[in-house]
Amino acid sequence: MVDLTAVTGSVELVRAPAEVRRARILGITYLLLAVVVYFVFAAGTDGDVTFRFGEQAGDLEWTVSASLLATVAAIIFGFLGGVQLTKGFGSKTNLVLGAAMGVFAFTFLGWAGAGKSIGIVGILVTTVAAATPIAFGALSGVMCERVAVINIGIEGMLLTGAFTGAVVGTVLSPVLGIIGATLAGGVMALGLAVLAIRYRVDQIIAGVVINIFALGITSFLSAQVLVENASELNNPGVLGPLRIPLLADIPVLGRILFNQNIFVYVLYSLVGVMTYLLFRTRWGLRSRAVGEHPKAADTLGIDVFRTRYRNVFYGGMIAGFGGAYFTLGSVGSFNENMTAGRGFIGLAAMIFGRWHPVGALAAALVFGFAESLQIRLSILDVGIPSEFLLMAPYVVTIIVVAGVVGAARPPAADGQPYIKQ
Amino acid sequence: MTQEQMPTTEQPTPAEPRWMQRIAPRDVDWTTLVIIPLLAVLSALIIGAVIIVLTDGFGAVLPAYWALFKGAFVGWSSISETLLAATPLILAGLSVAIGFQAGLFNIGAEGQMTIGGLTAVIVGFNFEGLPLVVHLPLAVLAGFLGGALWGFIPGILRARTGAHEVITTIMLNFIAYRTLDYMLKLPFIQKEGRFDPVSKDVLDSATFPPILKWLPVENADRLRLHLGFIVALAVAWLVYWILYRSTIGFEFRAVGANPHAAKYGGIGVATAIVLVMALAGGLAGMAGGNETLGVLGRATPGFTAQIGFDAIALALLGRSHPGGVVLASILFGALRAGGRTMQAQSDVGIDLIVVVQALIIVFIAAPELVRAIYRVKGGKKQGQVTRGWST
Amino acid sequence: MLPADHGDGRSDLKLELRNVTKRFPGVVANDSVDLSVESGEILGLLGENGAGKTTLMNILYGLYSADEGEIIIDDRVMHFEGPGDAIAAGIGMVHQHFMLVPVFNVTENVVLGVEPTVGPLGTIDLGEARREVEEISSRYRLEIDPTAVVEDLPVGIQQRIEIIKVLFRDASIIVFDEPTAVLTPQEVEDFFKIINGLKESGKGIIFITHKLGEVLEVADRVAVLRRGRVVGEVDPEEATKEQLAELMVGRPVDLVVDKETAQPGEVVLSVKDLLVRDDRQRTAVDHVSFEVRAGEIVGVAGVQGNGQTELVEALTGLSLPLGGHVFLSGEDITLASPRSLHRASVAHVPEDRQRSGLILDFDVAENIVLDSYYAEPYSHGLRMDWGYAHQHAEELITQYDIRTPSSYVTAGNLSGGNQQKLIVAREFARDTKLIIASQPTRGIDVGSIEYIHSRIVEERDNGAAVLIVSSELDEILALADRILVMYRGRIVAEVNREDATPSQLGLYMAGSVA
Repeated sequence: MVDLTAVTGSVELVRAPAEVRRARILGITYLLLAVVVYFVFAAGTDGDVTFRFGEQAGDLEWTVSASLLATVAAIIFGFLGGVQLTKGFGSKTNLVLGAAMGVFAFTFLGWAGAGKSIGIVGILVTTVAAATPIAFGALSGVMCERVAVINIGIEGMLLTGAFTGAVVGTVLSPVLGIIGATLAGGVMALGLAVLAIRYRVDQIIAGVVINIFALGITSFLSAQVLVENASELNNPGVLGPLRIPLLADIPVLGRILFNQNIFVYVLYSLVGVMTYLLFRTRWGLRSRAVGEHPKAADTLGIDVFRTRYRNVFYGGMIAGFGGAYFTLGSVGSFNENMTAGRGFIGLAAMIFGRWHPVGALAAALVFGFAESLQIRLSILDVGIPSEFLLMAPYVVTIIVVAGVVGAARPPAADGQPYIKQ
Repeated sequence: MTQEQMPTTEQPTPAEPRWMQRIAPRDVDWTTLVIIPLLAVLSALIIGAVIIVLTDGFGAVLPAYWALFKGAFVGWSSISETLLAATPLILAGLSVAIGFQAGLFNIGAEGQMTIGGLTAVIVGFNFEGLPLVVHLPLAVLAGFLGGALWGFIPGILRARTGAHEVITTIMLNFIAYRTLDYMLKLPFIQKEGRFDPVSKDVLDSATFPPILKWLPVENADRLRLHLGFIVALAVAWLVYWILYRSTIGFEFRAVGANPHAAKYGGIGVATAIVLVMALAGGLAGMAGGNETLGVLGRATPGFTAQIGFDAIALALLGRSHPGGVVLASILFGALRAGGRTMQAQSDVGIDLIVVVQALIIVFIAAPELVRAIYRVKGGKKQGQVTRGWST
Repeated sequence: MLPADHGDGRSDLKLELRNVTKRFPGVVANDSVDLSVESGEILGLLGENGAGKTTLMNILYGLYSADEGEIIIDDRVMHFEGPGDAIAAGIGMVHQHFMLVPVFNVTENVVLGVEPTVGPLGTIDLGEARREVEEISSRYRLEIDPTAVVEDLPVGIQQRIEIIKVLFRDASIIVFDEPTAVLTPQEVEDFFKIINGLKESGKGIIFITHKLGEVLEVADRVAVLRRGRVVGEVDPEEATKEQLAELMVGRPVDLVVDKETAQPGEVVLSVKDLLVRDDRQRTAVDHVSFEVRAGEIVGVAGVQGNGQTELVEALTGLSLPLGGHVFLSGEDITLASPRSLHRASVAHVPEDRQRSGLILDFDVAENIVLDSYYAEPYSHGLRMDWGYAHQHAEELITQYDIRTPSSYVTAGNLSGGNQQKLIVAREFARDTKLIIASQPTRGIDVGSIEYIHSRIVEERDNGAAVLIVSSELDEILALADRILVMYRGRIVAEVNREDATPSQLGLYMAGSVA
């Protein structure tokens, strides 16, 4: 056997300048958080906050001094900052960042709820619901980017799915609405694929084009046709939650995870299926090869173009399905531009999750939590203007993208059209 | 495609006529520059007609399109409205275009416009007693600076952390909208006596004056076209000069074309990125100022009216060249102005314009598609810009 | 799908290319090419860069389709729609630039496209795959760890993976495209052993190269390609390098650069204890020290990947060293930017001309002023003087023999040789105190190579200090007055040209300290 270490020389791992800078920014952010958390949330806050982990009597409850909670959190952040600035967390950086966000949110809740009681379960249920469309967006992104096609058009596909789901759901049935939405998303994605693969349009521009197009068509049809004929065309209703027996009885987690609507259950399965297919099957190996080194795949007889078209189509279907969640799973009818940027947040979740289906789901949950928090806080009337709370998911996205990208590696050929002679 | 893999040619293909080369951009020929966009617009209008047929029947097409044309080009009032609508489009389009030239995707023109319009308005309703010659430029400058700040943020994030500006600018759009909502309810900004989010009125000394009053036609004093249009044209010329005649513009274009070679040539890539994004933000901010200091006279939520998104189409349509952007803006301005007339005088709503514009973008983004449809030959291949997510 | 016994293939196969012609816009890449190869023989295919060798092999491998002519195996005409068909017909190709997915491991790369699967979902049977890889590896003495990730492996080992890939698919004819470009002389010897082993087990081999010595040593027959045509078939037992070179280029070629002895003056570049890390955080330049004097050419020899790229980047301001110092005539330039080095009359001809040296979308004039636009006379303050830039570019086009109709032509339209001459023109046409040239003649035609070499010597004779980094030992031997050898980030030898021999340098390049 070849002695590989002999040839590669010294293998001390020192971090790259850009990575050092990113690590330093993150570390300083943690330290700043520690300071902010202490002085804003801890100092001067009176009262205890009660976290309820269930709505029935006898369910778990935890009462703690809000000030103490915040102080502990501040110490944790200080510690994290110290570690980040010195050693760093390596590949676990994202995980730690996600966990830190959780701690911060928890502390924030504690401060906001000082003297009151807060139902955690409700927040987490909303978290899963809010995370769902984002997760579908992220999974759509993963499917496309694994074959090196950047899909900025997820927002447009979600919107198209939402629209189709509403209309077909009203005219025919909700189930057919979902199928229609899925197909509509796939068709939109084919549009992206044709632009990016066949005509070699810049993938980001192609995605932006798809978004503008989707927004234009859905808004036009909504204003022109749906508004007047709301009851005949835009009234599909909402698919209610399905309770899974046995699993839903698990304390705390059961109520959150297994009492959701069909979209959420499909999400769980999809994450599992995608992970298996991507990393254990022939389809997955070839797809990933196309994304990492299309020329190599080509020389081995793999049809790069067909693989890309196919996977982008699947990605579109995933986004279309996720889009149906807005109308058939949440609101019950279509409104113009109702996706409000979730597709882009999904992209951020994909990057945060390092292009892995499970990571994408976890990241989507983080964003969903931010949104859920925002809803809860506006009810609590915390004294922070609602507009700033509404900004929260978007700010979190920026933090994630700035702190995280580059630490993970996208598929090597990401963004580049494949040119065959 | 490396040189090793392609057979070498001793004589490269003949060059374009000199005068055309001096206009720049690279590898431009008549087909790509003029014919394709025309065909794209034509195709979009045809498909738009089909949509009208599907939603309102055959009879609706001609009245709708005639109203569209009338509202855009027939009579001084229409021309005034067209050019008026084109003005913020020019500025926002330049914002996106200058980004593209440097290889950056400024999807945040909406947000930059929002913030710029807000800062312009704040300067505009303060400072009573200043003469127009001072107050207006000051307000315009405030608009520029506000937008520049909003462009600076994604710029520095991209330069220092590699965060892709597509995501950060889009996020900042949403943040800008919410910020505007919030600010418009603050006492020192909100109009007295109102509870809805609307700003105080801009003083006359900071309002763009109309420029067509002197025309010898009826109701000339009702023509709304104002000084902003001239400013926009001047800015377009300035951007042209910067891009193609200055050292800074050379750096921007080099970074956009090949950042490795730019670095080799001594260009500070990170600095260029930040500068371009700030400049782009400032241009979009000026577009915002043009609206709030112009016909609106104040700031309200949504005053940007999707102009920032149209700007993306304009930059694509104009091939990121300031001259092209101006022409494209006039076209879109015509669609907007005409579209209002179309909505008022026919059964077709103004959202059709959005669809037509979207279709134009689709066809422009894929010139090969238009070529294939109309069997147009020749022209150069479209290059790709994207380099993936990280720097 | 795959038989249990790998690598056998046929042992009585005859492959013929008859009258193959392929045209691209403006050029005929292959012109009525006739070639044949049989099981158990090695055909050497010789030609300079741009002669059409790779195009021809891409046709054979199904990546291109010929405009005219046929591929015939055992008297049956073959139609290849893609590499899959060629692979099925028993043709295997080991590409010049490896076709390996860096993040996959050895096994995954080998089985990609012909994976053994189990179950309805197409789950890959990794155990079976690994077993098969190990079987081939031991049968053909290609030692490899099937679970190693490719991007962690050195280049010489990666080549073995390519060979295993080809054997895994039962290739009977194996094409090697410039296989020795990345090997030390010793590794080349090992490689020849492997090739001969394959020949003995009945494979037919096509060995593509531009290196005259190698093809004479290992091939049974040699075909020479020039401008797309086969201009001769030669028996290596009888031919000489000079004959081959003349066939390749079409005129007598001087294989040695004509130059006078150097007259070295003051020390211009002084590198002390330089420490540089690569972008994977490993030490690439390991405490390197050397000097270059005015009026001499110092050549850094070594196989690619031993730190040369990182050394040049650190010296030219494109990356920051972590330790050590660099002095330019006494001034500390260790952390200097490319701009300040340019101001200090340091010229840099970069290794990758299309990536770092040129902006392909810009025209010739814009590329000429790429690193000097910021100062007079190319600009006045903020304003560019394009008139002067184009005028200056026209002058350089004439002076440096850049074949282009005007300075308005886009750089991407120039041939490789002319692109390189553009860069050389840009760098040499000003006051140069120090020239750092990395792989200055890679991938270009012989005429341009000769021209650039003579220009380099001319600069030296005008008093410039010249540092050449090249993985082509012949180039170093032709140009350098003093030779350094780099191995694993260290300078392991320093020899004067008159005392140097290729075999001795080869030993240093392979890390054996004599």
